Amino acid sequence: MKRVKLLAIEAWLPIVLVTVWLVASAGSGSLYFPPLADILHEVRELWIFDATRDDLLPSLGRIGVGFCIAVVVGVVGGVLLGLLRPLEEALRPLLEFLRATPGVALLPIATLFLGIGDEMKIFLIALASVWPILLNTIDGVRSAEPVLLQMARSYRFSTAGKIRFIYIPNAAPGVFAGCRLALAIATVVMVVTEMVGSPGGIGWFILDSQRSFNIVQMWSGIVVLGLVGYALNLALRLVESRVLAWHHMKNG
Amino acid sequence: MNPSVNAGHPGVLLNVQGLSKKYGDREILRELDLIVESGEFVCIVGPSGAGKTTLLQCLSGLSAPTAGRVVLNGREIHETPPEMAIVFQDYSRSLMPWLSVLDNVTVALRSTKLNKQARHERAVAALTEVGLGDHLALYPWQMSGGMQQRAAIARALAYQPEIVLMDEPFASVDAQTRADLEDLTLALKNHLGITVVLVTHDIDEAVYLADRVVVLGNRPTQVVDIVEVELGAQRDQISTKADPKFSSLRSRVYRGIRGEAPTAADAVEG
Repeated sequence: MKRVKLLAIEAWLPIVLVTVWLVASAGSGSLYFPPLADILHEVRELWIFDATRDDLLPSLGRIGVGFCIAVVVGVVGGVLLGLLRPLEEALRPLLEFLRATPGVALLPIATLFLGIGDEMKIFLIALASVWPILLNTIDGVRSAEPVLLQMARSYRFSTAGKIRFIYIPNAAPGVFAGCRLALAIATVVMVVTEMVGSPGGIGWFILDSQRSFNIVQMWSGIVVLGLVGYALNLALRLVESRVLAWHHMKNG
Repeated sequence: MNPSVNAGHPGVLLNVQGLSKKYGDREILRELDLIVESGEFVCIVGPSGAGKTTLLQCLSGLSAPTAGRVVLNGREIHETPPEMAIVFQDYSRSLMPWLSVLDNVTVALRSTKLNKQARHERAVAALTEVGLGDHLALYPWQMSGGMQQRAAIARALAYQPEIVLMDEPFASVDAQTRADLEDLTLALKNHLGITVVLVTHDIDEAVYLADRVVVLGNRPTQVVDIVEVELGAQRDQISTKADPKFSSLRSRVYRGIRGEAPTAADAVEG
């Protein structure tokens, strides 16, 4: 019952908006704003099989690999830099510079070195989305409770034990906050690299549909992209609610 | 390291020699000497801000002394040795909030050579011993302060140390819980035969628990008196504290803390 209520609270506005869109666009003759009913029809026709196989799955593969690289590099790098203060201080200006540079600005140079295929796309997705994870991990490691670290020393924890049982759990809430940001960035970079790079992928599909004046098809791609983004975020939140169960319970 | 250290004291477990600690120009501890024998319950009592925590950190090897040395079982300490466990003052911050109470205890046993099963069994036994046997799955923040400190004590016991150092362990619980935890600590000490060094600012607590009270004077901290407490092994909150011997010991410790010389009466009673 409580679940139903929560769902209702979350869902009523999207339902209203979609209904408004549906009604307002019905019978629209505009080339650029076709009726939502047509778009949804296209989504059903196209995306249930063919386009999912040809464009959506490769896109998901790229964002999946790129995002996972970002998580691994961000957490491992963050733990190292969090523990090795001199190294972090030396690298800090460079990190700030790279973080402030929009990932897509590196697109031209990345295509020079890595071409227009998957390597370039995955590289840019990982590069652009690693920063919030890395910086939040560093902060999380730094903020470990001094009493806990004394406890760990007195009970002779190994370095690996300290990392596993103190530094990483302490950083985990921040790491997940970083992951949510990173996922949003990764989605943007995925779409942009696909629009610029080799054919294939949902970003390419949207741009290609627009160029061939297939506006209904273009809109269907945008709708699917939105749904995918929502689903990815939901999946991340599910993982988080399991891993950080203690944190959510503790803080209400 | 130095075999002559224990000469003449066959039961000596912990030997502190000329321990001094300075932070820059600030002298915290000055030339402390202290001997703890095996099986003893020693309370170190001193006024607030007397560097008691600093002393405990030096005793446990968490902090290096500026001069002097701490010898446990004939070996000089530079880090916390495996035969020593610490119960920290701040239980709410010394337990890992992301682990259940049981895991908090088992994880602290990883440096022992025990396998997983043995670690689990030892942790369960220790938690049962302190009365938390039915609350193994709770997270620390789901428990009261007294229960959290029991968990921290269980963690120290499960480690099976020869000596437990306790840093004002009952300073932040209510009076009733405090009395319960004092009795628990006494019972465990008598039952397991371990050596306990407990730091406190509470004179009653020190006299009630200890076989020997080490009285610290303030700034820089040094030992001003050592009081043998001959109240027997069996003590209880009501009759022990009503004992005339208790109150005379208590006054002697109090005078020591205030910097007065022990009186002739103290010498007779103590």
